[in-house]
Amino acid sequence: MSRTHMPVVEGWFTGEGDGFRLLGTRCSACASVFFPREDTHCRNPGCPGGELEEVPLSPRGRVWSYTDSQYRPPSPYVTDPELPWRPYALVAVELEAERLVVLGQAVPGVTVGDLAVGMEVEVVPGVLHEDAETVRTTWQWRPVRGRAV
Amino acid sequence: MTDDVAVLGVGLHPWGKWGRGFVEYGAVAARAALADAGLDWRQVGSIVGADTVRGGYPGYVAGATFAKALGWQGARVTSVYAACASGAQAIGAARAQILSGLADTVLVVGADAAPKGFFRPAGGSRPDDPDWLRFRVLGATNPTYFGLYARRRMALHGDTAVDFAQVKVKNSAMGALNPYARYRKRVTAEEVAGSPTVADPLRLLDICATSDGGAALVLSSTDFARRHGRAEAVRIRAVSTVTPRYPNTVLDLPDIATDSAVAVAPAAESFRASIARAAYEEAGVGPEDLSLAEVYDLSTALELQWYEDLGLCAEGEAAKLLREGATAPGGRIPVNASGGLASFGEAVPAQAIAQVCELTWQLRGSAGDRQIPGARVGIATNQGLFGHGSAVLAVR
Repeated sequence: MSRTHMPVVEGWFTGEGDGFRLLGTRCSACASVFFPREDTHCRNPGCPGGELEEVPLSPRGRVWSYTDSQYRPPSPYVTDPELPWRPYALVAVELEAERLVVLGQAVPGVTVGDLAVGMEVEVVPGVLHEDAETVRTTWQWRPVRGRAV
Repeated sequence: MTDDVAVLGVGLHPWGKWGRGFVEYGAVAARAALADAGLDWRQVGSIVGADTVRGGYPGYVAGATFAKALGWQGARVTSVYAACASGAQAIGAARAQILSGLADTVLVVGADAAPKGFFRPAGGSRPDDPDWLRFRVLGATNPTYFGLYARRRMALHGDTAVDFAQVKVKNSAMGALNPYARYRKRVTAEEVAGSPTVADPLRLLDICATSDGGAALVLSSTDFARRHGRAEAVRIRAVSTVTPRYPNTVLDLPDIATDSAVAVAPAAESFRASIARAAYEEAGVGPEDLSLAEVYDLSTALELQWYEDLGLCAEGEAAKLLREGATAPGGRIPVNASGGLASFGEAVPAQAIAQVCELTWQLRGSAGDRQIPGARVGIATNQGLFGHGSAVLAVR
């Protein structure tokens, strides 16, 4: 039986493999980009307010900063208390075209020792948690270095 | 420039993990502040509560609960919540009532009973709440944000883990002298380096704990202070409660992303720097006039960031300022003479009020072993989740 794949938040990302992208919205009047998506009003106080259109964000950016979570985060983060805690890295990534910084988990296996401020990373699909019925999907950042471009 | 308000009385309940309710901590602090002011509670025309998010329904965790604990006497009541900036907003609300003539005297109270471990969002499933989302989607606790800021400073300015540890060494030495602090033991750089990593590069002793505590102030008009025989009372000259300006380009708690700077160029100064500037402008003073500063050292690295945001030094030079000893007692501009959050831990709605209690003791010259000689101008700053800036500037 195949399990159901569900995004952790609806409408924040789309696609698979190399076509995976974060989704934001862009104001048709002032071109401001919003992530997480803004669907009601443009938040630029100097903008008369345009239509907010869904746009994929740049797949690559540079590390603004990074850290990790050495202790198990509290609920609503979902973890199995029966299993030992496995720390993961968090990466804040600056997207040049959109001129914003997006936080995300690093792909499993990448630790703070593998990261540096300014390093190029790309967004990839990942699994936040899973059980017998459901795979909860998310976005993750992966260093570009060492991959065939 | 606006008029001053007088600080007639200050009071704290000691910080700790006492296992009792926030009302008790707040009432103890309030009674201490009233005694310090030489006022009977029944003479006070207004009470402002800085709310806690722990302890229940918002109607309960509010100013009226403190009024009931002290004994109903009919005072006007106001309650505010602004995360870590709640205390400063309570002071701001009290000041507005005094300056507008609505009240001669106002009691300001904040207290918290903190849970063990990480702060976490309120329960339930609330996917439209950014604070809930950052835990649900990323497991991003408060210390992970502090870790991001610390790493960024290391990369941009060359700060080191040793610099961060020195902030803890400095603040713990002052906390050891403060009877209201929760941690009263001096800490060495080796002890910081030997504590477990929580959010790289920060270790347990780089990050402030969560505490129980209560703080209160009695504020009045300067006319009332004179009539009350307190013409020389410490005065609050500015209360800054500004919000960020679009686009906010520093990743702030609890956000998952910054604003985009595509359409509008970001301001030259950061949100935190604008908090301090608003206070300086309102008070008509500058960083060069300060005798001391109380800053929100949620982490050791964040204290260094505040040095720059307060204009105590140029951007990137905070670690140098620390290494020179300028921010230690005896230095040019002592920071966190109280011991800071490093020694108190955070009791959210009480903390900004406690900062002003310390400024008041210092400006009165009654801070005992912690006294900064000749203190005349002090600033207390912090930043609350969701874009709540706060700074209070006091003079004597």
